[in-house]
Amino acid sequence: MTVTPAAAPARLELALGPLFFHWSAVEIGDFYARIADEAPVDRVYVGEVVCGKRAPLVDKALARAGERLTAAGKTVVWSSLSLPANRRDRDATALLVADASRRVEVNDMGALFHRAGQPFVAGPLLNVYNEAAAHELMLKGCERLCPPVEMALEDVGAIARRVPALEIELFAFGRAPLALSGRCYHARDAGLARDSCRFVCDRDADGMAVTTLDGQNFLAVNGVQTLSHGVHVAAVPPVQLRDLGIGALRLSPHSLDMVAVAAAFRALLDDRIGPDGLLATLNALNPPGALVSGYLTGAPGSRAA
Amino acid sequence: MKSGKPGSIELICPAGSPAMLRAAVEAGADGVYCGLADSTNARNFPGLNFSPRELTDSVAWAHARGAKVLVAVNTFARAGEVDTWRASADAAAAAGADAIIAADLAVLAHVHAKHPGTRLHLSVQAAASSPESIRFYAQTYGVKRVVLPRVLSVEEIAALTAEIDVETEAFGFGGLCVMAEGRCMLSSYATGKSPNLSGVCSPPSAVAYVEEPGGMAVKVGGFTVDRYHEGESAGYPTLCKGRFEAHGTAGYLFEDPVSLNAMSMLVALSKAGVTAVKIEGRQRGKAYVAQVTAAFRAAIDAMDRGQDPARFAERLMSLSEGGRQTDGAYRKTWR
Repeated sequence: MTVTPAAAPARLELALGPLFFHWSAVEIGDFYARIADEAPVDRVYVGEVVCGKRAPLVDKALARAGERLTAAGKTVVWSSLSLPANRRDRDATALLVADASRRVEVNDMGALFHRAGQPFVAGPLLNVYNEAAAHELMLKGCERLCPPVEMALEDVGAIARRVPALEIELFAFGRAPLALSGRCYHARDAGLARDSCRFVCDRDADGMAVTTLDGQNFLAVNGVQTLSHGVHVAAVPPVQLRDLGIGALRLSPHSLDMVAVAAAFRALLDDRIGPDGLLATLNALNPPGALVSGYLTGAPGSRAA
Repeated sequence: MKSGKPGSIELICPAGSPAMLRAAVEAGADGVYCGLADSTNARNFPGLNFSPRELTDSVAWAHARGAKVLVAVNTFARAGEVDTWRASADAAAAAGADAIIAADLAVLAHVHAKHPGTRLHLSVQAAASSPESIRFYAQTYGVKRVVLPRVLSVEEIAALTAEIDVETEAFGFGGLCVMAEGRCMLSSYATGKSPNLSGVCSPPSAVAYVEEPGGMAVKVGGFTVDRYHEGESAGYPTLCKGRFEAHGTAGYLFEDPVSLNAMSMLVALSKAGVTAVKIEGRQRGKAYVAQVTAAFRAAIDAMDRGQDPARFAERLMSLSEGGRQTDGAYRKTWR
């Protein structure tokens, strides 16, 4: 699927993951227009993956974004919902993944039921932690895996070594997607229930900051999703990525200047800046939380980068 | 002791040790679930769980009394170390387990291929909450029963069971994950250890109690999760049950420190087509399991006689952490 230039070594790809947060249709349109025109990313994942209730509000904007990105030469992959909760969610998922003409990222095992052996990307919200599980998905058509964010680099490399035919994309920038729930914490915080939520999750462009009673930054709430407050960064030099068998880095959209974030990562992948240079550039862009990277070494994910 | 009537809901109880297994069976459990003493199961606590020899002996003991033994191999295998998880599944099959409870595709594929005579139950850690998800596991790996994630209301469970040909098992009592099980990494973010990878959540080794003027702060992995005045009772500091601040207001952001008691929902769960009700708490000991099992046995038997099982619920009040209980997601308003 990846188009490799003739000259070796293969060019490391940059991907933009699906937008987790509830931005307005206008914000979505503006964001992806700029990504299409300016961001040095090779592929873009588009779709509502967190809450099916948002879909009617953003579906058209996302569809237009997909067209715009395709016209700009980006590889567009449609991301499925991560926790389909009702008939509407299930029907939307079935409609999306059954369409063999689209590239699809699967974020819930149920989506595989409708994919019927067509190629797909396994997203980081699926529990694929080892080579045997990855192999099972390949039997179903999986071509690329973005492993769970809590996996250590060493373990990601162990998968890549043992199933070399599988493309590996590493979650490399963004608040870490830590948990999904049936309960909406944005609604709970506002004294509402999920079924009558008034879409209060649209107040927080990068999620609602959650601190400890001591004021220490800890988590970020995005409706039924909980993310880290810290911004996970994989500042891994290209030589090490190639060594590990990782072919692409994934950047997760936030409200800071994502074009600049993508440019910084492109500079890292092209050896124009080193890991320290990347971290300095990202810090200067005013990320929503402190840069963290503990997961890469098997340490607590909250450990500073 | 057991009703044994067709249509009656099965009672599945936790066994963190051989002694706890015997206590559960003697108190009326139709089946018990347990794990081997390593990171291949989701209650990987020091001093808990079974050696292969203990498992073999316990299965024989339980079978002699008409009870089933379900063995959990329900964490996700570490890359490059899948054989350890396969070995646990092999040990469970060799011990004569009635079913293996698994979530990882690696373990499901192994059991399906190598132990076709052993039933596969889909662990709650797989968080299979839709008919499509359950059909995927049933068609690919021959899964016979799914343990339902604690995100579904009773109405949704009824709709679900009508759409699938697989048995369902629903949690009835004990600790309550507010996140979809198997899809939560809060613990590894704070401590480096998570349910999926290590079989532990908010592990004791990461918990610190810090004395303060007039009270105490409880920290997990260095993050303060709650603060108590002197004399105030403190439950186990699970991260999602802590007090945090958002938009300047402090409170139980994710869930109050309550635990699940769905005894009053037994009739509804049974009518929804649920095959078995499961009690959480392999870490809680034999006195606990004996009391909870006896109460649920009495409630199920009362239900089978056409009586209201709800009156047995108060026998369980003192057994919940902090004494506070909830129906959880079984009522839609929980969301």
